[in-house]
Amino acid sequence: MSGITSTTALWYASRATGVVSLILLSAVMIIGMLVNRQGRLPGLPRFAVLGLHRNLSLLAVAFVAVHVLTAVTDSFVSISLAAIVIPFISSYEPLWLGLGAVSLDLMAAVIVTSLLRRHIGRRVWRAVHWLAYASWPVAVVHSIYSSHDMQSGPLLYLGLVCIAAVLGALGWRLIRARTGLPRADRVPQLMADRGLLARAGDR
Amino acid sequence: MSPVIAGATQARQAPAGGGGFPRLLPPPTHLPNPSSPGADLRAYLGLHGPVPYRDSAGALIGEVRAAGLTGRGGAAFPVHRKLEAVAAARPGRAIVVGNAAEGEPASHKDEALLFLAPHLILDGLQLAAEAVGAGRAVLYVRGDLRARTRLDDYLPERDAYGLDRLPVEIVWSPHRFLAGEESALASRVSGGPAVPQFTPPRVFERGVDGRPTLVQNVETLAHLALIARYGPGWFRALGTPDEPGSMLCTLRQASGSVDVAEAAIGTPLATLLDLSAAGAVLVGGYHGAWLPAAQAAGLTLSNAQLRPIGAFTGAGVLAALPTDRCGLIESARVARYLALESAGQCGPCLNGLPSIAAAMAELADNRPHPRVLDDLGRWAGLVEGRGACHHPDGTVRFLRSALRVFGPEIRLHQQGRCSAATARPFLPVPAGPSTEADWS
Amino acid sequence: MPTKLSVNPIACSGHGMCAELAPELISLDEWGYPLISGQPVPPRLVRDAKRAVTDCPALALRLTPAPDRAGVEKTR
Repeated sequence: MSGITSTTALWYASRATGVVSLILLSAVMIIGMLVNRQGRLPGLPRFAVLGLHRNLSLLAVAFVAVHVLTAVTDSFVSISLAAIVIPFISSYEPLWLGLGAVSLDLMAAVIVTSLLRRHIGRRVWRAVHWLAYASWPVAVVHSIYSSHDMQSGPLLYLGLVCIAAVLGALGWRLIRARTGLPRADRVPQLMADRGLLARAGDR
Repeated sequence: MSPVIAGATQARQAPAGGGGFPRLLPPPTHLPNPSSPGADLRAYLGLHGPVPYRDSAGALIGEVRAAGLTGRGGAAFPVHRKLEAVAAARPGRAIVVGNAAEGEPASHKDEALLFLAPHLILDGLQLAAEAVGAGRAVLYVRGDLRARTRLDDYLPERDAYGLDRLPVEIVWSPHRFLAGEESALASRVSGGPAVPQFTPPRVFERGVDGRPTLVQNVETLAHLALIARYGPGWFRALGTPDEPGSMLCTLRQASGSVDVAEAAIGTPLATLLDLSAAGAVLVGGYHGAWLPAAQAAGLTLSNAQLRPIGAFTGAGVLAALPTDRCGLIESARVARYLALESAGQCGPCLNGLPSIAAAMAELADNRPHPRVLDDLGRWAGLVEGRGACHHPDGTVRFLRSALRVFGPEIRLHQQGRCSAATARPFLPVPAGPSTEADWS
Repeated sequence: MPTKLSVNPIACSGHGMCAELAPELISLDEWGYPLISGQPVPPRLVRDAKRAVTDCPALALRLTPAPDRAGVEKTR
């Protein structure tokens, strides 16, 4: 058995926790869209769906933390502590790693505002939470190109499954939003349902 | 001129004790001539003199308090208290808005006043602005009145005489029932849609562009302009001690004629409406209440008499329903209109009002299901007080009064009969649902 | 200090999470929107109320000081 140095162990830990983080973040995205469209998971009350969304996101934070810290402390590649949050300044793969820093920054904004949501008001919280829709694809691109792990083999399939699942959920969310009426049409639709309007849009 | 405005020139006389009546409506010698706005202004100045500025903020408020002026937009809130609340703002920060959205389909008084006495309104706007130290003055007018009111001509004439210390901006409002609601107004003047906003904070604290905003119906501003010239004592010479002054009313007679008249508060309803051919009277508009004609005949135009029985003067709409019409059919038409006019923002209103309208339609069509009255009662209780504005509350007040007053008619309808002799509609109900563009 | 729960009906989109988290304070009407009594929140239920406020996906609930029965001066 070849000697596995602690350095190599750290590098592997970083890659492994990176993969788990991506899976968790994908799950958080999907469940978040469920919450937004008032969807349910079988057998779970609504607050449990919300609880799952939150707990998985905190778990993802933990895994991302391990992922970045092992990447920094390991000496196999050179990544400074600053490069975790400041994009594109690392000497190893500045672009792809930098995207990881971008994703992390966006994630941090989402998490912090969510922890403080009672105090910052609806509009601010919502506006920042939308950044999640940017954070995830950036994380995906970072995952695929920062190392070659996900470009072949089982991890490639895993990556494709995550992407397909999130895109599928997004499609579901968009369809649900489109069939939800804009405010001005809701009353005419309800009136038409009750036979009080021949067709919504009649004059 | 439209029949509505022609009627307004035949102003009614006050009961004994009044002086200088009518007040808001101009005498026949001073009717406006839209082709000569300059001559109109000169005639007006000859009659009332220039704007009596006090040259200090807050100076007018005491006179308004002494006069006991209350809002003429429907809520009858003491004007001096609104002025005091907005005057507390930093000088130049507040905004004053004259409200001529007149969303109530049955009301024409603001339209009539805009045509007949625009300078009283504009004077009142300037005086209110001075009293609260406002930095901006706005007139919020229903868009379809643009051609008929000639405001675009009158403002430059006033500029030529140096009458206005603050430039007046006109903001056109959509023709919707809720467009004149004060938070909807503030939203629209801020550039958004004319839909009610969540309160608190009320607009007098944070309104247009987040600034303290004074919103007053244009008739209230016209009264203010006269109080500033002739004093609180003059104002109190008409009306009752608790509800002084005069008010404009839109009178819809059983014969079908529609008239805008100025009446002293406390005038018997029987003086204003011909009740001989009426079965019921609608008081206060579509958020008001029905009363049996016999009961109305013994009442006066005053909240002191109307509030205890669940009615109120509101914006002065008085409609006498002819005996050959069915009150349930009319109420169902209004209920359908009120449901369509929901802003659709709050779940209970959005869902409850269409349900109520559908049930009323069943009642009106002689095919009510057995539980329709229970449903109506339940839904009324479910929507009341659960919206961001008072649209569901007003609708419930109207609905409950209809079910009360037209009880005998309900029993007829449940047997498949109806007492109406004609299917011609009586109350005015605009047609058509909304699109997003209709709110802006 | 007594507190009461209230909802911003414009923000509320009928998720119904509040009724699950504070069933003794909030029930849902036939359209899925919250029915909240205007009464002060009993001290033993304040924790549930706070959780409902924090967890509402639309941030539509508020817990505000309630004027006590003796009649605290109303602002206005």
